[in-house]
Amino acid sequence: MPGLGTSFGRGGATSYVQDLQHADCILIEGSNFAEAHPVAFRFVMKAKERGATVVHVDPRFTRTSALADVYVALRSGSDIAFLGGIVNWVLQNERYFRAYVVAYTNASYLVREDFRDTEDLAGLFSGFDERAKAYDRESWGFERAPDGGIVRDETLAHPRCVINVLRKHFSRYTPEMVERVCGVSQAQFAQVCETLARNSGRERTTAFAYAVGWTQHTVGVQYIRTAAILQLLLGNIGRPGGGIMALRGHANIQGATDIATLYDLLPGYLAMPSTGKDEQTLAAYLRTNARAGWWEHFPAYVVSLLKAFYGDAATAENDYCFDYLPQCTGDHSTLPTQIAMKDGIVKGYFVIGQNPAASGQNGAMINAGFERLDWMVNVDAYETETASFWKREGADPSRIATECFFIPAATILEKSGTMVNTNRLLQWHDQAIEPLGESVTDARFIHALGKRLKELYAGSTDPKDRPLLDMTWDYGDDDEPSTLRVLQEINGYDTRTGEQLRSFVDLRDDGSTAAGAWIYTGVCPDAQTNNARARAGDDAAALGWGWAWPANRRMLYNRASAAPDGAPWSERKRYVWWDEAAGAWGGDDVADVVPGARPGSDDQAFLMQSDGRGALFVPESGLLDGPFPTHYEPSASVVDNALYPQQSNPTMRTWRRADNREPAGVDPQYPHVLTTYRITEMSGIMTRYVPWLAELQPAAFCEIDPQLAVEQGIASGDTVTVSTALGELECKALVSGRMRPLRIGGKRVHTVGVPYNYGALGLARGDSAGRLIPLVMDPNVSIHESKSLTCAIRRGPRANRET
Amino acid sequence: MSETGFFTDTTLCIGCKACEVACKQWNELPSDGFAFTGESYDNTSQLSGTTWRHVAFVEQVAIEPAAPSPIVEKWLMMSDVCKHCTNAGCQEACPTGAIVKNEFGNVYVQPDVCNGCGYCVVSCPFGVIDLIDPIDDERKFSVATLSESRRDANQTAIQKSGGVAGKCTLCYDRQKIGETPACAKACPTESIQFGVLDELRERAAERVASLAERGVDAHLYGADDVGGGIGSLNAFFLLTDRPEVYNLPVEPVLPSTRQPAGYTAAAGAAIALALAGWAIFRSR
Repeated sequence: MPGLGTSFGRGGATSYVQDLQHADCILIEGSNFAEAHPVAFRFVMKAKERGATVVHVDPRFTRTSALADVYVALRSGSDIAFLGGIVNWVLQNERYFRAYVVAYTNASYLVREDFRDTEDLAGLFSGFDERAKAYDRESWGFERAPDGGIVRDETLAHPRCVINVLRKHFSRYTPEMVERVCGVSQAQFAQVCETLARNSGRERTTAFAYAVGWTQHTVGVQYIRTAAILQLLLGNIGRPGGGIMALRGHANIQGATDIATLYDLLPGYLAMPSTGKDEQTLAAYLRTNARAGWWEHFPAYVVSLLKAFYGDAATAENDYCFDYLPQCTGDHSTLPTQIAMKDGIVKGYFVIGQNPAASGQNGAMINAGFERLDWMVNVDAYETETASFWKREGADPSRIATECFFIPAATILEKSGTMVNTNRLLQWHDQAIEPLGESVTDARFIHALGKRLKELYAGSTDPKDRPLLDMTWDYGDDDEPSTLRVLQEINGYDTRTGEQLRSFVDLRDDGSTAAGAWIYTGVCPDAQTNNARARAGDDAAALGWGWAWPANRRMLYNRASAAPDGAPWSERKRYVWWDEAAGAWGGDDVADVVPGARPGSDDQAFLMQSDGRGALFVPESGLLDGPFPTHYEPSASVVDNALYPQQSNPTMRTWRRADNREPAGVDPQYPHVLTTYRITEMSGIMTRYVPWLAELQPAAFCEIDPQLAVEQGIASGDTVTVSTALGELECKALVSGRMRPLRIGGKRVHTVGVPYNYGALGLARGDSAGRLIPLVMDPNVSIHESKSLTCAIRRGPRANRET
Repeated sequence: MSETGFFTDTTLCIGCKACEVACKQWNELPSDGFAFTGESYDNTSQLSGTTWRHVAFVEQVAIEPAAPSPIVEKWLMMSDVCKHCTNAGCQEACPTGAIVKNEFGNVYVQPDVCNGCGYCVVSCPFGVIDLIDPIDDERKFSVATLSESRRDANQTAIQKSGGVAGKCTLCYDRQKIGETPACAKACPTESIQFGVLDELRERAAERVASLAERGVDAHLYGADDVGGGIGSLNAFFLLTDRPEVYNLPVEPVLPSTRQPAGYTAAAGAAIALALAGWAIFRSR
């Protein structure tokens, strides 16, 4: 989540969902909060009961909209124009929280003289290389004094102050422009601006909540950046009832990200070494990554991780086996790997708890890729569309050479371990029953696989086998590992005494400590304690319930809840403050300060940032597509970009080839906006087999407005076909006035909504939305664009019967 | 013992249907089939012998002559359930005594006493109670999420055969062990509240008042006597629109209240016929 990471220092939700009840206003955008997170939504309802105003901005009127005080219909793919419009309104009307902005953001920094904005270069920033489709980001920096310090002007008067450059950048995002690009009336736009501004400042706070409605775009990271800029200007980060709630799509996706499911990260958000950087030795790797601010501890975290990986084999003499780590040679994220599979480069595939055949993009390419594999191993609680690709409709098993294995997996009740939720909260769960039938836990599968590989290579003298042989793998003699021992290893221990470590400040870069993920140090602070089991609640931040990283802190950047002198901004919004009598920080939460810091000395509100400040302007080290967010149209759009000649994100990655057809520019064959989403009643394969859920949403469907239905001769319940340049999807039509045609630049635009829950198997079946979505991706996080595309719709079944 | 019931506050309902699912799971009820209705997000359509909670979705269209397409401005959601009437039509009509008031004051169908005659079905003023169809193989598949042993050895009467009347038991079995009914337990926003009736009514009145302060015009349905001889409802509702919008009868009537008039009319007709007959025969 580099949108939040570059803005604030940590790539996670800045607060916890329970805190939403303290908000005076909640803006929900890019999320169908009530449907996708019904349990967390109770805190939105509590805020509403306390008098908060709930605003929902979305292309569809959903169950969230039904509960909101204000619903704003906007065109999918236009959120930067909408939020940028609010930034412009806040700056033009001087409604920002000046004291907060001056103290805690980089508003007063001077931007380099050679920086050029999109205002100067017709929608591009300085440094763009047309051939490489990438920016040379050197000019995206701050002016330096001769001593190397950043030049500032705290009066905010200098024209090159970040806030003034920002002012200029968003000056064309006027209410008229918002109406033209987003389809939001000027009256309603003014209402939202006024509501946000009125509920921000010393006495009041506004919270933002988003989910994948913001991320799954070719400019997704910049959507979140726009929200971050707005929340910094309004002074809402690190304060009760404020923040940006990044709502996670799966129960443990935060934990999966923490412990490095992403190809370019090691556990604890340490960068994976890369051949493209000066990182080929440990010393060079540490030099490249250790930065001012908290990241000066980077070497301690890396060496402790290597000690956890390789145990006694990791010594100072051999650079703690740094050479054993694989190095990134390019983009190995999901979509490029999918292409490589189709092109015969990827030969084998482990699929554990994933179902790309139903939930991936360009479903035809995915299945074709599976057919070119030598082998595929599926570990899942259900037979998924992925596991059964070889017998799907239209496939000839006799012509598919892929060797397929299926390992039935245990479900959550059949295993113990932690889940890490959107609050970054680790919660332990015990095993309730033994796995049924032949099913095994994922941990058992991985543990046994590691043990057998070690046995297979035992005695090898080939240097390439050393990493496997030196890998620590002591989680018990049985195939079933002790998940507690895994968590204890992640927490970390003293390599000399074997004692558990209490905090990441105890980690060292001399090999005396080991820790599998520094951010989790403290969850098992001694051999007897597992804080993830803690279940003591209270009315404030519930610090005794589970354990949240970092350091059991529930709200990040909470130092900003107090003014620079350490006193709360207001009594009403007090949270963490400096207690002079005690000589310490007090309050409802673990203060987010450098240990030992007092107001004024070594005291930073955003301590993970190298300068300790929230970033309105993200300098050269941050994002690949711009220091400020800019509205670009989605890769496939129904309109031209009204703001700039540059139509789409100039740095987005595309694959223009026969098996990945995309519309070129604005294509009248596909006149409607297509958006995808999930619904409350269904998740995927897990729910499609459950009769009680299947009867609630028994078939794939699409949602369209009554006018489009009349034009196309479609009645609710009819079978229809939605098509894009890539493929066709057959489903039932659900006609409802909840879908609204919008007027965009003089043109009437209809939206077709397609739930992304269905597949060929289960009691509730239907075409997967992935059939419609070509591969195209954002440059920062390699995310696909599934939330904003173009399509056509007609009555009747699809022509092609193959899946 | 104090009577218990449900207070369902529709202003808090987010339409997640957790109540429907929790009810079916706890009570081991089969699905009602997998038909797509095309009517809002409602594919279970109504309460049935095997659907004891049902979330209704009401899309209200704004009248805006300038709009190119009808626009939904309000989407009301309500979790409907058996009303557990003070004077229950189903109970009065039941010839076998299968339908009783239990110690919690809830209307309860004893499946082992029920003979499936269906008199209760037409006697419910709210159209709640229904007969459960004989359960065939396909519907047995619908409870396949239960373990094999559970299905074979420990079926409820309903799963075993069907053919009896079914409706909400207010989780009689859970109440007996001090547990909250499944639907109320699962509701994430406390739209469904379970408790002692007096307390629920008090809470509901306070809720109406606090909503009024915020300019929301809400009223209770069934907290007091609904008329028609039914009395008050142990499962009552807070609504923000007219009852019929939520498919609740404006003037529900207990069928037996029509009996005096019916018998009188029948007696009158008998006398009239007798007189007519007497007149006809006398004239011969």
